[in-house]
Amino acid sequence: MADMLNITIDGKSIQAEKGKNLMQVAKENGIFIPSLCYYEHIEPPLGTCRVCTCKINGKFGPACTEKISEGLSVEVNSEELKDTRKALVEMMFAEGNHICPACEKSGNCDLQHMGYELGVSSTRFQHLFKDRIIDFKPSRMVMEHNRCIKCLRCVVDVKTDDGKKVFTYQNRGNETYVGIDYDQEVKLTEEQAINAMKICPTGAIIVRGASLAAPFGERKFDMESVQKDYNKKKQTHKSRQPVMGKKIVATVSLAGCFGCHMSLLDIDADLLDVVELVSFDKSPLTDFKEFTSRCHIGIIEGGVCNSENVETLRKFREHCDVLVALGECSVWGGLPSMRNSIPLSECLEEAYLNSATSEPGANIIPYHEDLPKILDRVYACNEIVKIDYYIPGCPPDANHIWKAVKNILWGEEYSILYSEFKYD
Amino acid sequence: MPADTVQQLVEPGQTQMLNQLWELQLQNGFINDNDIKLIAERFDLSTIEVEGVVSFYHFFHRKPTGKYTIYLNNSIVADIKGFNRIKETFERETGAVFGSVDRTGTFGLFLTPCIGLSDQEPSALINFYPFTNLNAIKVKDIIASLRNGATPESICDTPADNIRYTPPGNKSIFFKKFIDGSALANTAKLGAEGVLEELKKTELAGRGGAYYPTWKKWKAAKDQPALPKYIVCNADEGEPGTFKDRVLMSTQANSLIEGMMICGYTIGAEYGIIYLRGEYRWLQHKLEDAISEYRKTGLLGKDCGNIKGFNFDIRIQMGAGSYVCGEETALLESLEGRRGEPRTKWFFPVEKGYLQKPTVINNVETFCAAARILEMGADEYLQMGIPGSPGTKLISVSGDCKLPGIYEIEWGMTVAELLELCEADDPYYIQVSGPSGECISIKEKYRRISMLDLLARKDIRCGGSFMIFNKQRDLVKVLLNFSEFFKSESCGICTPCRAGNFIIQRKLERLDNGLANEKDLEELKSWSTIMKNTSRCGLGKTATNSLIFSMDKFHDYFHSKLDKDFNGLNLKFDMEAATEEYEKYKI
Repeated sequence: MADMLNITIDGKSIQAEKGKNLMQVAKENGIFIPSLCYYEHIEPPLGTCRVCTCKINGKFGPACTEKISEGLSVEVNSEELKDTRKALVEMMFAEGNHICPACEKSGNCDLQHMGYELGVSSTRFQHLFKDRIIDFKPSRMVMEHNRCIKCLRCVVDVKTDDGKKVFTYQNRGNETYVGIDYDQEVKLTEEQAINAMKICPTGAIIVRGASLAAPFGERKFDMESVQKDYNKKKQTHKSRQPVMGKKIVATVSLAGCFGCHMSLLDIDADLLDVVELVSFDKSPLTDFKEFTSRCHIGIIEGGVCNSENVETLRKFREHCDVLVALGECSVWGGLPSMRNSIPLSECLEEAYLNSATSEPGANIIPYHEDLPKILDRVYACNEIVKIDYYIPGCPPDANHIWKAVKNILWGEEYSILYSEFKYD
Repeated sequence: MPADTVQQLVEPGQTQMLNQLWELQLQNGFINDNDIKLIAERFDLSTIEVEGVVSFYHFFHRKPTGKYTIYLNNSIVADIKGFNRIKETFERETGAVFGSVDRTGTFGLFLTPCIGLSDQEPSALINFYPFTNLNAIKVKDIIASLRNGATPESICDTPADNIRYTPPGNKSIFFKKFIDGSALANTAKLGAEGVLEELKKTELAGRGGAYYPTWKKWKAAKDQPALPKYIVCNADEGEPGTFKDRVLMSTQANSLIEGMMICGYTIGAEYGIIYLRGEYRWLQHKLEDAISEYRKTGLLGKDCGNIKGFNFDIRIQMGAGSYVCGEETALLESLEGRRGEPRTKWFFPVEKGYLQKPTVINNVETFCAAARILEMGADEYLQMGIPGSPGTKLISVSGDCKLPGIYEIEWGMTVAELLELCEADDPYYIQVSGPSGECISIKEKYRRISMLDLLARKDIRCGGSFMIFNKQRDLVKVLLNFSEFFKSESCGICTPCRAGNFIIQRKLERLDNGLANEKDLEELKSWSTIMKNTSRCGLGKTATNSLIFSMDKFHDYFHSKLDKDFNGLNLKFDMEAATEEYEKYKI
């Protein structure tokens, strides 16, 4: 019989086996401590992502590298700690270029999953849009450095049969990336290569031809949370002064694809309620070109990519009490912001001059004083005006939208089902 | 040579890799693909692993760095002493741009953080030889002489030691004449327990800035059953504005060696390594001379100083340009020939340190102090300083003052006294213990400098440097300099430090451009706290210290920097700047 130690986690007394780390003990006792780098088979734990930070005997420290000891007292779920963990996950989103709708790993991605679990609807940090390469040189793999969170799992775990490392960190500081050894990569067996892709918590390591084996909708993190009480978490925002009569809503699609508006229509039968309760002012649905009255809510789809977008967004801010950023693009830039790490001139030349579909001999990039001017990069809406609420998703789930809107208008409590909280 | 035999016995594997990379770097000016392959084969590694090591250290390059490789210091002290002008002059005279080599491959210009010469800025290293107190004319002359065939070695400066102050009445602890072997002789008399007792009595604590009681560390290592054990001297003095260890090694190498030996005797180790930062390569021969002198006189080697059964030897390991290697576990990784990434706290170095064996790591000043304590005896040492904080402390003073240099102060001296001694010029704020330390306002000048009370914030516990800034210096520019430093010196292994420093820098730029509002200040504070609470090692935990402190202490200043037109709705957005790139296509 192994030595048993007594510890407390959030006030609950727990008996645990000596020699285990706090992460294991919490898991065995059904306590959810978010983490990204932690991987059971890797000893000692990596301690790189820091998402499992708890308060251990009054001091901040990661749960994974904490060997339990007698009398240990751990705080896991204080508001401060929850916010700290959320901030760390947000940092990863802000630091990398994570575009879930365009990612093969979506639905099987630990980072995306952690985003859902922690309710990350927008990042508090401005996205950094660092220019990184995608390495297609390895024979079987693609290294998507934009998506790497530097968890160290592959560096420690993936080795060839003769014990050589395939992955290693290169450079340092914010230039750090995981380099791959082309010669060693060839020596990996198919199974080892697939394993490398599997242990990667994001879509940074992709094995060609094997990344889409499981269809979307049937992937690991598509439908269910690992937290038992995920859906019990009620969300409510301060209820605003109730407004008599019909509420007035305006909507717009900036640098978006109208997909979010389509999703709005997916409210289905509830649309009948919507029409009873709400009237639309300026919106593609009404085709009003200008505001005709002050609005209670403005719903913005899409980010800001040109001068016209900036003006429209500013008008919305002036005419609406509350602005809601709807969908990935308006929350942080989304798909259009894929261009943010590439110079504008390259993008334009590729689009108008060099692409396979451009007119042969084309030599003009459109410019006219009546045309909106393209901005140097795609901006998130909150970089231009103040945004009050964010609804993530590409597109956001219809129920999510409707619940959020009801909440904002009438202060109704609501919970977002795990399956409704999506970035892709 | 006894050193080699010991070395080969106890240091297996990759430990020699850094030295071999250094050799190639110095010989060819860069490390080419072929060399990487050869080294990988030699140590049985994949090439990517070797590349990972090379790319971690900024003195290793994968492209040629010119016949003369010039590293100009871009620390904040250099900045206020005319860095920009020197930078321009170097570029004009050599025809190269910083970050690259000129067309003929003669001169390579690179920037590097503090090279430990803050008392004689602006300064640079050319082929790792020091050139100090630069001005435009001097730079011109240097480049001209090099073009005319002079070697950097023959025209370099000998950096002055600038020991400005020692306690009056010949009461200096560190800078008295040291009689070789005297401390060791007393050590043998006292025995290991006796040494620990002396250290406990004198309350000697880690002078690198953490102030962990030295006797506790040594005792913990002594109590470890595993063998062999190692002594490591942390001479990776990377904190900008700090140069006390440079002066100690330059003038008191003997007491350093003996300090390490005393530690070896106490914990039962036979081998010591001095991890010397790459920037101090020019000090290497001085240390080596001192070590061979000790070997010659029989103080190092077998039965050191005629103590039967006590064998001890020391080697020097050169670092290769990385601030984070000053963190003790990162230093161990680097010693083992890997990337200098701090380890997790799964084991302490005294349990499993260098090569997973019990290891004591102490700062240069700590070892020197230990040797002095054993030389003079605890009772005499206790005559100095104040109760609870006995002895003296070395402080590197730089910035806006007439007499930058080393001040050996008795603990308990006030900031005001020190400022007077160094003839500070209208001081306004002072960065204590480097960018990762505390920032104090001149209003706090009557605070004492001591080891007491770190948390009560009454006294100032100084790691070893005072950077003085007058009112003309823009605090946000200073903080931006620090933040750039931490951003590029972070090892990159943990999220809050790697991404956080980058994010903080962006936010500070906003503040500097007058685009920030009240909310940005709140966010800066809250994000800094998150980094502090979650980072893996001291670098990330302390990177935002100066920011947090200065926001508290210079509240009005920060508020004067805010965007005054912020109306709560529309943030400033510069449409002209954002469309500038597109305007090129105007027909």
